[in-house]
Formats: sequence, structure tokens, C-alpha cells
Amino acid sequence: MSPELLIDALIIAATPILLAAIGELVTEKSGVLNLGVEGMMIVGAICGFAVAIESGSPALGFAGAALGGAALSLIFGVLTQYLLSNQVATGLALTLFGLGFSAMIGQGYVGVVPPATPKLDFGPLTDIPFVGPVLFNHDLMVYVGIAIVAGVWATLRYTRAGMILRAVGENHDAAHALGYKVIRIRLLAIAFGGACAGLGGAYLSLVRVPQWTEGMTAGAGWIALALVVFASWKPWRIVIGAWLFGGITVLQLNLQVAGVKVPVELLSMSPYLITILVLVLISSDRRRASLSAPAELGRVFHAAG
Amino acid sequence: MLRLEKRPQPSRLWTALTPILAVLATMVAGGLLFAALGKNPVEAIRVIFFDPLFNDQVASFARPQILVKAGPLILIAIGLSMGFRAGIWNIGAEGQYIMGAIFGAAVGLALYPMDHALIFPLMVVAGALGGWLWAMIPAILKIAFRTNEILVSLLLVYVAEQILASAALDLLRNPDGGGFPGSRDLSEWDTASNLELIAGSGMHWGVVTAFIAVIAAYVMLSRHILGVHLRLAGQAPRAARFAGVRPGMVVFLCFTVSGVLAGLAGLFEVTGPAGQISIDFNVGYGFTAIIVAFLGRLNPIGILLAGLLMALTYIGGELAQFMLGLPAAAIQAFQGMLLFFLLALDMLSNYRFRLVTREAV
Repeated sequence: MSPELLIDALIIAATPILLAAIGELVTEKSGVLNLGVEGMMIVGAICGFAVAIESGSPALGFAGAALGGAALSLIFGVLTQYLLSNQVATGLALTLFGLGFSAMIGQGYVGVVPPATPKLDFGPLTDIPFVGPVLFNHDLMVYVGIAIVAGVWATLRYTRAGMILRAVGENHDAAHALGYKVIRIRLLAIAFGGACAGLGGAYLSLVRVPQWTEGMTAGAGWIALALVVFASWKPWRIVIGAWLFGGITVLQLNLQVAGVKVPVELLSMSPYLITILVLVLISSDRRRASLSAPAELGRVFHAAG
Repeated sequence: MLRLEKRPQPSRLWTALTPILAVLATMVAGGLLFAALGKNPVEAIRVIFFDPLFNDQVASFARPQILVKAGPLILIAIGLSMGFRAGIWNIGAEGQYIMGAIFGAAVGLALYPMDHALIFPLMVVAGALGGWLWAMIPAILKIAFRTNEILVSLLLVYVAEQILASAALDLLRNPDGGGFPGSRDLSEWDTASNLELIAGSGMHWGVVTAFIAVIAAYVMLSRHILGVHLRLAGQAPRAARFAGVRPGMVVFLCFTVSGVLAGLAGLFEVTGPAGQISIDFNVGYGFTAIIVAFLGRLNPIGILLAGLLMALTYIGGELAQFMLGLPAAAIQAFQGMLLFFLLALDMLSNYRFRLVTREAV
């Protein structure tokens, strides 16, 4: 297989978790731990798929996926922010509900082929040897993913809104005392995370696979959660992590196709094992792990007085 | 103006009432969901909640099935509840359940077709060991490297599923099975089978073990210092450390209990109701048990009742699928919804509303 094709496959494999992880990063930066990424992704996958089939437009499909993911995340938002429920348990509930709900509405869509998502037309740029296929031969969502990462990075670093978001995540009582609407800001961050996870899910069902099957996310949401830890809550490292992960996935798939004398199951489990290994490496560095996590991550905010 | 105020202590009345309210709310919301699918909501709820128990035509078959399904749910949920009390989140029970089944079945199949009274007990031990070993991975990583146990235990489910596929297709495949995937049928081999103890009751060794686990957990939590330590570790980690509770020890204990119980559940399932190791052996008991643990308020007696109720929705769901053509996944969404309502209503036990007049600023 040529290196251009490998890199192309790598980028396609990386994009779903890149999208989901950058959304979760924003949610976690606001101090909220949403473990429902897997559920939001799968609901995004079916919403995007259904809208794309019914409308015939992949672009509308992605919009529908973002809406679906955001709507589901707002259930989490209302429960954790207004009804002060435990974030770990609520996130798990979101995943369990999302898996069931998506399977239910996805019944009529099994075996249907979605409209193809076109690659962007860069004209003669695509014909440049190597650089063309690698940089200028993708669908819109690949660039949207990178643009979201860049946007999140710039917002967190240079804008007032980014600073407020970080303040809410680092010390919600202080932010509240300064007059910031902690709950409203967190709800926005949660909805952004849900929309991104929805886009990631739709990328799976509309581009990567492209088909609808029950439980098709197969742990991608959990890997996205691990990716945020791997990235130490820094946006650009999400890209590196997602591409590394995409590389591993493509590599093991190619080894399976090539019929290497390693059990298929061992290759299939390798992405999960490597994710665990990376988590261990990151968390064993005590200083780094404790410095980079938002201080209020997972804590309930209840304004006193 | 209504204001939310934290109660000094969770209200015991509301703690007991919220699961019931949550079930009622889920019935209403579930009814709306079923109506949206074009089914008669009242009929659907009746089929799910009442027919398995009271419909003459199906009850004789459905009642024992409730125990069969409740057994693994209760067994796993009791283990998980220990950790949830202490703020330790083992959400990979599904993987530990699979590994328990594989370990137990492997030991049994290695001895096939011997006949000895000790083979089944040996398989039980192997099943517990399998679940325990699988649970020890996230536990040790958390103790040694502070690695997030939620992510590790969950990711290991996917690894366990691959091992299961490998076992069904290759390692434990029935040599006399004509090339079909899946192991020998353990339930047809008397020495290793875990059949009903009383015909027509649904009661097998796994259900008995689940009842024993409920009693043991109840005694431990209410009568033993360990129960206090667990709760202390979850609610006030610093205070727990001053009281001499070692955090690493709590992690180890919680994962040991939940891993062993999930492994046992897997073993009893593979030797009984499932019969064999196959690719689709696991059906999500490990995840539904999370809902059972919360619905039962992390309390052993509560978990017993919640496990029976959740088993009822499984059976009722199958019945509704058969009788009304309700999609199989609808019941899964229904169960997830139950957890939402429970978590939402939980606020009533931890907080109270106070009517306050707006103060002058």
C-alpha cells in the first residue's frame, strides 16, 4: 500500500475521535466530566445517518448529528447542573441510554447505503505529488475537525471567553463571586462537547464505515475520553494523539488484511491495549497529571447564599 | 422565591421513595416513547410489567426466567455497589463476567469427559479467579500509577470481548462441533452443568450465590467496620486516611469483591442458561448491573429488589417484542431512562426546597 493511501486512511480513522475529544476537552475545561461521549457519538451517528438518508445531503446529516449530540448532552447538562446529580453516574446513564436509543431509531436503517460525502475540490493542488493527496484530498469534515481544534486553542489562549471558561473550570466559587454565570457557561460547554461528539459519530456512520450498525462506535467515545487525558487538556495534543491512534488502527487493519501470523483478535484488541498503556504512562508522571487537569473537574457546583 | 438547600443528611424517606417514583416516571416516559413508535402505550407497559407475572399463558414460563436473569444482575450489582460507595468506579464488570466464564469453562473443558464431584467446585473457583484477575488490572494500575480506573476497566471490556471471540472460534471450540464456532455445551454435561435446583423454579447455583451475596453484603455493611470504612473513603477521603483506612487497600478490596462476583456470575451463566462459550455470550448484564446498583440505592436489599425488577423488564421486553413487535433495543433505552429519572429525583433526598423572601441587596 502506498504511503499516501496509508496517511489518508489514518486521517479518516483519526477524525471521529479527534472531533469527540476536542469537544470533551472544552467540557472538561469548564470543570465538567461527561462520561457519556460514547452515547453522544452513537446518537450522532444515527441522527446524522438518518438525516443524510432522508434529505440526501451529507452536509445536512452532519448538522443533524451535531444537533442530536447536543440535545442528548443537554439531558446530562440539566441533570448535573440543575439537579446536581453525580457526574460519573449521569455520564454512564447517558451512554447506556444512547446505545439503546440509537439502536431503536436505527432499526430501519440497517443495510442502507448513505449518500457519499464528497471530497473538497482543490483543483490542481490535488495533483501535486505526495503533498496533494495528503493535504488536499479530503472531505470537509477533516478540515472542520482541524479548524475546531485551532479555534478552541485560540479561544482558550487569547480570548476573554476562553479565560472565563478556564476560570469556571479552575475555581467555580471564585468565578461565581466575580459574577460569571457558572451554570450557563457549563451548559454551553456541555452542549459544545455533545455537538462535537455527534459530528464524530456521524463521521463514522457516513464516511468511515459508511453504514449503520448497532453499537458501531465500539468504544471510540471511551478512547476519546482517554485522549483528553493523554493530551493533558491541551488542544493541539489532541490532534497528535488522534493521528497516533489512527495510525495504530490502520496498521492493525492492514496487518489483518496482509494475513500476518498474529491472531486477528490480538490485532483487534491492540488499539484498546495501547490506549490503556498510554494512560498508564501519562498518569505515572505525578506532576504533569495533577498540574494539567482542571481543578474543579467532576465537582458539583451549588451556589451558596 | 424557591431556593434549593442542601440537607445536613440525606432524607431517609426520599431515599426510599425515589426509586419508586423513578419507576413510575419511567413508565410514563416509556409509554410516550412506545406511543411514538406507534404502539399502544398502556398495553406495552402492561405486557412489560404485569404479563410476565400474572398472565396465565406466559407466567409459568416467564416467572422462573425472572430469577434466571436476576441472578447475575444481583450478583454483579452487589459487587459494584461496594466500590460505588467508596467512590471507586469499576464499570468493566462485563469484561470480568466474560473472563470468569472463560476461565471456568476452560478448566471444565480441560477435564472433559471426566466425572468427579470436585470438577464443578473447581470450575467455580476458576471462574472467580478469572473475574478477579481481570479486575486486578485496573486496580493495580490505579494503586501503582493513579491511572483512571473508569477508563481502564471499561476499555478492558473490549479486550475481553476479543478474547471471547478467540475462545469461541479457536481455543475452546468444540472439537466435535463440525467446525461451528462455540465450545461444548456444558449444560449437557452433568458433571459441569448448573441446572435448576428445583424444577420449574429458575433457581440455579448462581441465584443461590446471589442471595448469599446479598446477605453477606448486608451483614458486612451494617455490622462490620469495613462497611464504615468504605463509606468514609467515599465521602471523606481525608478523614478516612486519619482513621487508618489505606486508600490503596480500599481500591484493592472493592475491585476484588466486584471482580470475583462478576466472574462467578459469568461462570454460573456459561454452565447453566447460556450453556456454552460463544461469540455472543455476553448480553450486557455487566452494564445493566450498574443501573441495578443505583436503583437499589447501593443497599443490598434494595439491589435484590432492583435486580428482580430489572429482570422483569428484560422478560417483559422480550414478551413485548414477541407480542407487540416492539424493537429489542427499546427496552435498553427504557432501562437507561430509568437511571436518568433516578439520578434526577435523587436531588429530593439530598436537597430540599425552601421558600425564601428575596433579601434586599
